[in-house]
Amino acid sequence: MQLKTLLEAPELGLNLKAGRSGLEREVRGGYTSDLLSHVMSRAREGDLWVTVQAHQNIVAVAVLLNLAGIIIAGGIEPQEDTLSKADAEGVTIFTTNLPAFEVVGRLYALGIRASNSYAALAQG
Amino acid sequence: MAEVPAMSHDPSYDLKIPVIGHDFLRAGEAASRIKKVLQALNLPPQVIRRASISAYEAEMNIIIHAYRGQLALKVTPDALTLVAEDEGPGIQDIDLAMQEGYSTAPDEIREMGFGAGMGLPNIKKSADKLTITSTVGQGTRLEIVIRIS
Ligand SMILES: Nc1ncnc2c1ncn2[C@@H]1O[C@H](COP(=O)(O)OP(=O)(O)OP(=O)(O)O)[C@@H](O)[C@H]1O
Ligand SMILES: [Mg+2]
Repeated sequence: MQLKTLLEAPELGLNLKAGRSGLEREVRGGYTSDLLSHVMSRAREGDLWVTVQAHQNIVAVAVLLNLAGIIIAGGIEPQEDTLSKADAEGVTIFTTNLPAFEVVGRLYALGIRASNSYAALAQG
Repeated sequence: MAEVPAMSHDPSYDLKIPVIGHDFLRAGEAASRIKKVLQALNLPPQVIRRASISAYEAEMNIIIHAYRGQLALKVTPDALTLVAEDEGPGIQDIDLAMQEGYSTAPDEIREMGFGAGMGLPNIKKSADKLTITSTVGQGTRLEIVIRIS
């Protein structure tokens, strides 16, 4: 599923804030955490990351892991420097007023899953 | 102030990037540069991923916990070596620091999502070899080796 399909899904209430150039990017899975070291170790390339962190270091995490994009949940507005950095690096950032729990549930209903390697890990 | 470690003058390191303590505005830039160099060298994706994670966590530890330092990278056909060294408070008990969940990060830094106490364990998991040396009141040095094969 492409990011732009999610942008058009009314139930997610996504606002595009940065990285328009990445909208055709394929979402391979999802990950959610607000602890950056957890994301670093467990998110996978192509994951869509749901978080309430909005400072500019989330962009570096997305670039280093080659994530598909970031959804900032809970009606939190990212700082301007976060958005300009994301535009410069080509990282797509959305915001939504939905709380993180709802966003993840609705993404799951749309067919997004934890990426394979991590799902396998969780099943032991 | 810590004496300048020998590594800083070792010409066999291909890339050296300074990192400044508490410079959150530029946080992640050193790791991003290292990732780009490794991509240009066409290394396997798993090697790039492990090196990126290691470089990021080492860079963030200098920014969060130390005063100033640098990341250095050396690549040979068999392995890449990443050295992170800093002038800073040092680590009193390295075994304790290596435990998942142990962190001395202050509250305002935890609010940004740092301080899970996962950085050093992430490096350990990503590396084939990790050597930490530290002198309290002087600084810390990490040597991270990742095999290429
Ligand atoms: N370069 C350093 N200088 C001084 N102390 C350090 C350094 N790196 C790590 N430490 C100490 O080791 C602890 C554990 O480090 P680790 O990277 O695992 O976790 P953290 O940085 O606290 O949190 P996280 O990495 O999850 O954001 C730190 O809280 C700090 O006390
Ligand atoms: Mg750390």
